[in-house]
Amino acid sequence: MLAVEMKGINKTFGLVKANQDVHFCLEQGEIHALLGENGAGKTTLMRILYGLYKADDGEIFINGQKVAISSPKEAIGAGVGMVTQHFTLVPTLTVAENIVLGYTSGLLLSHKDIEKSVADASEKYGVDVDPSAIVKNLSVGERQRVEILKALYRNARILIMDEPTAVLVPQEVDVLFESLTRLVKAGLSVIFISHKLIEVMAVCDRITVLRDGKITSTVKKSDTNQIELAKMMVGRETFGIKRQPSKTIGNAIYELSGITLEGKHGRKILDGISFSVATSEILGIAGVSGNGQGELTHVLTGLLKPTSGSIKIDGKEISLLSPGEISDAGVGRTPEDRHEGTIGDLTVSENLALENLTDFTKNGFVDQKKINESAKEKIKEFQIKASPNDQLRKLSGGNMQKVVLARALSRKPKVLIASQPTRGLDVGATEYVRKRLLEEKERGTAIVLLSEDLDEVLALADRIAVIYEGCIKGIVPAAEATPEKIGLLMAGAS
Amino acid sequence: MVKFKIERAAAPFWTKTLIPIVAVLVTFLITSILIIIAKANPFAAYYHLLIEPLSSRFSLLEVLVKSTPLILTGIAVAVAFTSGYFNIGAEGQLYAGAIAAAWVGSTFVNLPAIVVIPLMMILGFLAGIIWALIPALLKIKLKVDEVVTTLLMNSIMVYVVSWLLNGVWRNPETGAQQSPEFFEAARYVKLAARSRLHLGLIVALVVVAIVYILIKKTPLGLKMRAIGASKVGAQFAGINVNRTMLIAALVSGGIAGLAGVGEIAGIHYHLINELSNGYGYTGIIAATLGGLNPIGVLVAALFIGLIGTGSLNVSMALRVPVYLGDIVQSTLLLVTLAMLLLQNYRIKRI
Amino acid sequence: MDDLLVSLVGATLRVATPLIFATLGELFCERAGILNLGIEGIMFLGAFAGFTAASLTGSLWLGLIGAIISGMLAGLLLSLFAVRLGVNQHVSGLGITLLATALSLFLFRVIFKENQNLPSVVPFKQLDIFTNNPILHEIFSQYLLTYIAIAIIPVVWFIIFRTNYGLKIRSVGDNPEATDAAGINVYRLRTSALVIGGALMAIGGAFLSIAQLGKFTFGIIEGRGWVCIALIIFGNWQPIKVLWGALLFGGVQALQSRLQITGIKLPYELFLALPYIVTILALTLAGRNASYPAALLKPYRRE
Repeated sequence: MLAVEMKGINKTFGLVKANQDVHFCLEQGEIHALLGENGAGKTTLMRILYGLYKADDGEIFINGQKVAISSPKEAIGAGVGMVTQHFTLVPTLTVAENIVLGYTSGLLLSHKDIEKSVADASEKYGVDVDPSAIVKNLSVGERQRVEILKALYRNARILIMDEPTAVLVPQEVDVLFESLTRLVKAGLSVIFISHKLIEVMAVCDRITVLRDGKITSTVKKSDTNQIELAKMMVGRETFGIKRQPSKTIGNAIYELSGITLEGKHGRKILDGISFSVATSEILGIAGVSGNGQGELTHVLTGLLKPTSGSIKIDGKEISLLSPGEISDAGVGRTPEDRHEGTIGDLTVSENLALENLTDFTKNGFVDQKKINESAKEKIKEFQIKASPNDQLRKLSGGNMQKVVLARALSRKPKVLIASQPTRGLDVGATEYVRKRLLEEKERGTAIVLLSEDLDEVLALADRIAVIYEGCIKGIVPAAEATPEKIGLLMAGAS
Repeated sequence: MVKFKIERAAAPFWTKTLIPIVAVLVTFLITSILIIIAKANPFAAYYHLLIEPLSSRFSLLEVLVKSTPLILTGIAVAVAFTSGYFNIGAEGQLYAGAIAAAWVGSTFVNLPAIVVIPLMMILGFLAGIIWALIPALLKIKLKVDEVVTTLLMNSIMVYVVSWLLNGVWRNPETGAQQSPEFFEAARYVKLAARSRLHLGLIVALVVVAIVYILIKKTPLGLKMRAIGASKVGAQFAGINVNRTMLIAALVSGGIAGLAGVGEIAGIHYHLINELSNGYGYTGIIAATLGGLNPIGVLVAALFIGLIGTGSLNVSMALRVPVYLGDIVQSTLLLVTLAMLLLQNYRIKRI
Repeated sequence: MDDLLVSLVGATLRVATPLIFATLGELFCERAGILNLGIEGIMFLGAFAGFTAASLTGSLWLGLIGAIISGMLAGLLLSLFAVRLGVNQHVSGLGITLLATALSLFLFRVIFKENQNLPSVVPFKQLDIFTNNPILHEIFSQYLLTYIAIAIIPVVWFIIFRTNYGLKIRSVGDNPEATDAAGINVYRLRTSALVIGGALMAIGGAFLSIAQLGKFTFGIIEGRGWVCIALIIFGNWQPIKVLWGALLFGGVQALQSRLQITGIKLPYELFLALPYIVTILALTLAGRNASYPAALLKPYRRE
């Protein structure tokens, strides 16, 4: 009997078909990997299983019985547990208190009783935790174990793990795999969402590859290898289109050298990132989300300071400057999240002018006329469907992104940091933004394109760098990019 | 059957203008209940509360007198809130300004008005800044929540005033707790005969104008609005968030200080313990009702002043306790808060 | 000197009583993640409601119950704004303080008219024990409510740290998302904390009007609510430490009035301001690492 069977699952968000007619089976006692790049639909599928989303169509069977799951509580009741990258732990409480939270009965809380209960569970499942430790003091790996034990404590027979190794250091990864193998021998069934081929091949029994919301195939580990999987993960027609190497690429103008960002407990979120970009060149940074793109964007745009390393534009060091100073130095920046980089309550023209107010100041006052005129120009140039005095929050995503781009380009920057420039945009807006980027490139701007959309990177970049676990795994000229090469890099192989 | 659902969305544009009106109506509906409990007719009560004060010259001027400190504290709070800095300490900053004024007004006996009055205002402004400095620095350097610290500074100021009035400034002959009387030149000029209306109103109106221009028309004002709307968005755009917030916090303190100067130099002519009747807190009401817009705050402050004057009338005419005015104010605040939030939702037909 | 010390200890306990009640009430709220700035107004409301109910019914205990009910209602109202609607906690809390104060004054006038003499009730009597020992008599002749206040402290500690309800409260004040994910109703939990907190604050206020004074005067609370906010930070959100803070402040106030009588001129205002100054220092030293319940001041709205 299958532990889980999901039949004919369809889920659409707006225009995006996140899951299309997905059939997925999990056998008892196996570790089954869900492999795929961003937007493939793996997280959506599992959220449906865990009751966070409701499928538009389809059926779910657990241990042969049809179930209707419409909330995490019901999922837990059906024996499904999920551990994600965002732990739902209360830092000031102890491990035992966290595990029993929501599952206590009666009036009194006896620490002795709950700690014994948790210690028993810890031994029974072979998951090592200290029941009386305060969560705040635990390492990330230890916290993850608490989350796992929390699920098991609630009698989960099926465990979904969403990118579990994203936050762990290598030693903790080994410990995790050991635990999972042991648990599976004792009867647990595990779904392991990942994009990391090495790990998938190390610990999983079967692998299902998803792409664009559909299942590409399901294979046994023994029947496949990393190269095949990489092809399945990212293979697409766009690889076939050969673009002529751009003739106008000039000299390197923007250089990163050894950029490292350390997080809590010394974990390296970014590890020695180095690359350079020349004038009239687009360097695309591809990679599955969660590998440091967000933090790299924050470092490049000045919201985060790197722990070490240097960033130079035209030889000038800018790694430790404030966002305003970086902009002054000739770097145009777009934020990864357009809501973080703009101010919804202000008008379109105010947002456009905000980065270089000194240009729009006359005699100590804001030159409203100049701001509006400049805004009108940008609106026309970028085809933004809005008026200068509209509140920014009223604009559609596409138009907001155009405002963001317009502002980034307004000072004629030498370097442009374009981060997720077409995320959430419709076809028309996407085409426009991409066209614009190519135009900027022709004009001589050096562009760093960070995008989770591999199609976009393939379409625009002259060279493709792949980021994985905070490092640049390799930089490939566009003409030489094949599904194997890029897929392997994105999935951690070298 | 037609079903409705409530979803989060930007509200239709007309809600912004409608909110104050609806809020006032809802408030009056609620407070009618209390008026009835007090065995009076709500309509009569509202007449005495809102219309009667405007019907005589003296009364109208009194409304302006009562509104004067509220305009200043309201603007002070609005400036801070606009930048995302929650200055609850206007009450203490007001007294700081009053102390400075009390010192000037009783010491520099030989100076002419043209020197003393500006001196008093400048020192009062500075005193307000000083009293606002510690919470502001704590917030910027150490991220300590300014609500608690400004509140604590209010309480400390109560004791500072009490200490001064019990010690150095105790009247040696009468033993009364008040500072030495202001000399003639230091007193705010009266603006109208047979009335308490004083220069403070002009000061307040000038401040409203200056702040309006500052917030709407200067780069600093734009930066302040940006920070208040989205701290990270402002940071991304290159604005120095810490410096701008500090300026906002200090200017806020200074303006509140001016409110204190006005109350002493315009009305009491010496420092007393009960100089302020919670003007710092009422300023928060005025700022919220006025939507943080300087003109709106001015109108709100005048309205609160109107209610304050009117509630005396209501109490005399209908034997309804004078505290009706305070009830109307605070209810209006809560209702407005609720409505401001509800404007983020929209009822949609499905 | 002995007399001074003995009467000081007795007075300290008396003065600290309303602070203990109100601070414990605020503790409940803050532990659940709500900064309740309505405390000053709710204490005032409790003093009014307690006095009025006692006066109208002739029973002091009914008066106390009246105060408790008023505190609970005030907590419920604040919950509507700060929890259910997610309105800015500071401003809505201050709004509650202003409204509760105005309402109390208004209703007092309506009920008792403009009397020449302030209406009064015969207040709770202090217990008369240890009559043969003058020292013990002085110290331990406290109101029953004072003993209740001290007894409640370990009860509150127990509730917060040794019951499942307390576990949920601590959880929601630290990480409401995790609490929600554990299937607990965050809104209901916070509302319950505000209701309990309001009741305790009101008892603190009622103590002043129906035990200590026997009257309801307009300056009866006079900033004690704000002291409690300071005492909680001072006591690092722990019930037992709150007791020490309240006793310290009570002691200083008691000392101050005694010194005045003896004519010793100390800047007693300095001592009275001390809790606030020390709290600011404590906040400076701890910075954001103070044991703030991490979710304090952030309204929770499930997206």
